[in-house]
Amino acid sequence: MADANRANRPLSPFMIGPYYRPQLTSMTSIFIRITGNALLIGAFLVVWWFLAAASGPEHFTFVNAVITSWFGDLVMFGSLWALWYHALGGLRHLIFDAGYGLELKQAELMGWGMILGSVLLTLLTVVVI
Amino acid sequence: MRFLTDRKRARGLGAAHSGVEHHWSMIVSSVALLVLVPLFVFTFGPVLGAPYEEVVAHYARPFPALVAALTLVVGFLHFKNGVRVLIEDYVGGLWREVLIVAMTCLSWAAIAVGLFALARLTL
Repeated sequence: MADANRANRPLSPFMIGPYYRPQLTSMTSIFIRITGNALLIGAFLVVWWFLAAASGPEHFTFVNAVITSWFGDLVMFGSLWALWYHALGGLRHLIFDAGYGLELKQAELMGWGMILGSVLLTLLTVVVI
Repeated sequence: MRFLTDRKRARGLGAAHSGVEHHWSMIVSSVALLVLVPLFVFTFGPVLGAPYEEVVAHYARPFPALVAALTLVVGFLHFKNGVRVLIEDYVGGLWREVLIVAMTCLSWAAIAVGLFALARLTL
């Protein structure tokens, strides 16, 4: 009985690859998850930086050197983009939850908005800061 | 004998069996973060890489310190609830519980360290 409707069931987007064609909507959604969880690294660096600033000049000099090294810069720049991307993704989620933008055309438009918006906001932030 | 009817026990809990508390916590914290994150980026960014004295003076002021404190608290609580869904989606068995406990402790620890540091910088 459980198998009766197997062929007609919708596929899970988890089966990306041979069974599920990647779409803008599912890909942008997955990247919300990836960016959100990857932000842990940048967040830890920031907390470490605050702790160092509170501990005194010697500790601060060390952590400041780590966070402004080329690798630290890379992590912070990536985190900045991830932060804007995740924020725009969250905004899209709130719009979806309120019942708007669920038509395919609008949903894909918001997907492109997230991608371009996050890049623009990142560059803008780097220029302003 | 059960005094509660089935309907009474199921009411409001939905398919997740735990109600909408988790989802609602994500909505509340995400709306708060939409305000806090831009404020934090533009109060923290300019002093990242600045000399020690400048950083200490900057975070002795109430506004940057309060923005940083709120962003760290709300951000890590948002992370704690978000990473739980990630773990529940991909990990099963004992590891699921171990990882959720570990990530929850880690989030609270980061909040504690961040607030301690900010308090020391500000006061």
